[in-house]
Amino acid sequence: MTKILVTVKRIPDPDESLKFAGSELDLSSVKWVPNAFDEYAVETALRLAEDVNNKKSKLAEIIVLSICPQKQRQHMTQFLAMGADRGVIVDADDSELDTAAISKIIAKVAQDEGVDMVITGKLSQDNEGNQVGQRVAGLLGWPQACFAAEIDWDQSGNTLSVHREVDDGVEVKKLPLPAVVSVDLRVVLPTSVRNGVNPADHKFTDGPRLASLRGITMAKRKKVDVKTPSDLGVTNAGGESTVAVNKPPGRMAGQMIGSIEELVEKLATEAKVL
Amino acid sequence: MSKVLVVLETAGGKLRPHCLPGIAAAKQIADARGIPLHLLVLGADASAAAEIAAAGYGAATVHTIQDPALEPFTAEAWADAIVHATKTVGASVIGGTASSTLRDCLPRAAAVLDAPLCAEVVAVKSGDTFTRPISAGRALLDEKLSGEIVFFTARGSEFEPAAAGAAASVSAIDGVSVDTRGVEVVGIQKTQSSRPALTEADVVVSGGRGMREGPNFKVLEDLTDLLGGALGASRAATDAGMVPADLQVGQTGKIVAPNLYIAVAISGAIQHLAGMKGSKTIVAINKDAEAPIFQVADYGLVAKWEDALPRFVELVQARKS
Ligand SMILES: Cc1cc2nc3c(=O)[nH]c(=O)nc-3n(C[C@H](O)[C@H](O)[C@H](O)COP(=O)(O)OP(=O)(O)OC[C@H]3O[C@@H](n4cnc5c(N)ncnc54)[C@H](O)[C@@H]3O)c2cc1C
Ligand SMILES: Nc1ncnc2c1ncn2[C@@H]1O[C@H](COP(=O)(O)O)[C@@H](O)[C@H]1O
Repeated sequence: MTKILVTVKRIPDPDESLKFAGSELDLSSVKWVPNAFDEYAVETALRLAEDVNNKKSKLAEIIVLSICPQKQRQHMTQFLAMGADRGVIVDADDSELDTAAISKIIAKVAQDEGVDMVITGKLSQDNEGNQVGQRVAGLLGWPQACFAAEIDWDQSGNTLSVHREVDDGVEVKKLPLPAVVSVDLRVVLPTSVRNGVNPADHKFTDGPRLASLRGITMAKRKKVDVKTPSDLGVTNAGGESTVAVNKPPGRMAGQMIGSIEELVEKLATEAKVL
Repeated sequence: MSKVLVVLETAGGKLRPHCLPGIAAAKQIADARGIPLHLLVLGADASAAAEIAAAGYGAATVHTIQDPALEPFTAEAWADAIVHATKTVGASVIGGTASSTLRDCLPRAAAVLDAPLCAEVVAVKSGDTFTRPISAGRALLDEKLSGEIVFFTARGSEFEPAAAGAAASVSAIDGVSVDTRGVEVVGIQKTQSSRPALTEADVVVSGGRGMREGPNFKVLEDLTDLLGGALGASRAATDAGMVPADLQVGQTGKIVAPNLYIAVAISGAIQHLAGMKGSKTIVAINKDAEAPIFQVADYGLVAKWEDALPRFVELVQARKS
């Protein structure tokens, strides 16, 4: 059976405001939530694996992988409750690890598990590296499709056709498996993922699915392997270090304008932009 | 001696203008390290290199790698070429503008060379320490990179385009094997537009979910064209298919910093603000006085777009004529 490895990360809730402590972020009281792009990645994998007309027939096994402190795995539980089959946790404080080390860990797990696809989020909303998927592909020597907005899986040809969102439009790239895909926002629109088995007009619901009650119960019974970076032979090279984290300068307070006439007048004479 | 190497993008034998800020950032790094700036042109034919060399941009040498497999762009083949060029040229810093092209291939090359990469650099603090935004621009991280080889991508809106400088020499790098790993670029659906590129425009007019449907963007387009600007949108508007996805401004879309940004019927979620907060003058028009977009706006108008926009177009038209 096809194996899909999905990488998932927890991040401080992006809807809460950031707290600074000197020239560092104060993360002591943040609420941790799953990275939105990783929810999309899991949803993508579920759609690829799902035969909607025959719920018993699964097209792929989905393994979720997170590098995180072992005890802080709520995000992992949520993804198992959404429907992923099993989990791998690499126990480490990922904020202490370089992107290079995170990527090596993921590549090693992909190899050990013998997976056919690695699906990552395009971006972690906190660190904004936008590089883990590309790095994993480089380390494995596999083809890559980054910023995926639509995916067609041709199972007989063992290929993916991916619509990638690039600066000036959409590129369609066909790649043989095994491969790495990083997903962008629009991959969770209702008809973005096609696996050749579901009817072409099948619409999934918009956005990542919520865990069902049954899913939540089942999640507790699903297998989660715990490893350490050293089990996988990965050490931190120390290529990235934080010198300081600062609050960006705020914008000066603006003014509320009473009418469109006044607005145009001010833009012309005060801001001098018309 | 080590060098800073900038990866360039060309089209039709010409340098793509969005590369220029990346050269400027690289020049700052080269100066901070006291090492020379080199440029790299990849493609099926290297004729673009002559034009680039003529402009110089303060680089010592323009290197070329010419191979049919480098066109159309694939991250696979480009990363191979960049890895080879890094070793051949003896580069210690490799980077360029944070375009979708370089964001795709540079991290792959960096992984092969086991090198760190600092993404979306907005300021060069020293030869090895760069500032980049994190958490949707709500914090600025000063990150130090160490190692013999380091990579960067620079945010185009934060560096002035490099100016032409002393002429450089051109040198071909041979004997490279590039491999597309079996991928095939089936095609690119380019959004056709006669307007300036979103990231290069002086004025950006963006619409959000409150525009409700695609045809309603007509009035925004009229305003955009009167101002000679580019059209933008929020995620809600692009997801709903009102306008093409590549018009999305924000953390996951284009980062813009025009002279004038006009946000219409956009609430101002942090992910949207991350893409336009650097604009010089921000105008927000929204029917909800509590919308967070007003917190970053220089000029806010509480109004329905149906009432305000047609009049806005009329008034600007009257001023222009
Ligand atoms: C991982 C992630 C990444 C994201 N990246 C981006 C990104 O890059 N860019 C982006 O934009 N968003 C992004 N988002 C989405 C973002 O969080 C918001 O959901 C989105 O920006 C909302 O778009 P909006 O302001 O158009 O819609 P809404 O928030 O629904 O706001 C619509 C606004 O229109 C106003 N309005 C309604 N009718 C009228 C009228 N007739 N006249 C005037 N005003 C009216 C309303 O008062 C409201 O303020 C991202 C989200 C996630 C989770
Ligand atoms: N600690 C982690 N554990 C698992 N996956 C991760 C981790 N960090 C990053 N990733 C994956 O890499 C993607 C891109 O992250 P980044 O390159 O940091 O923006 C994320 O969306 C995740 O899928």
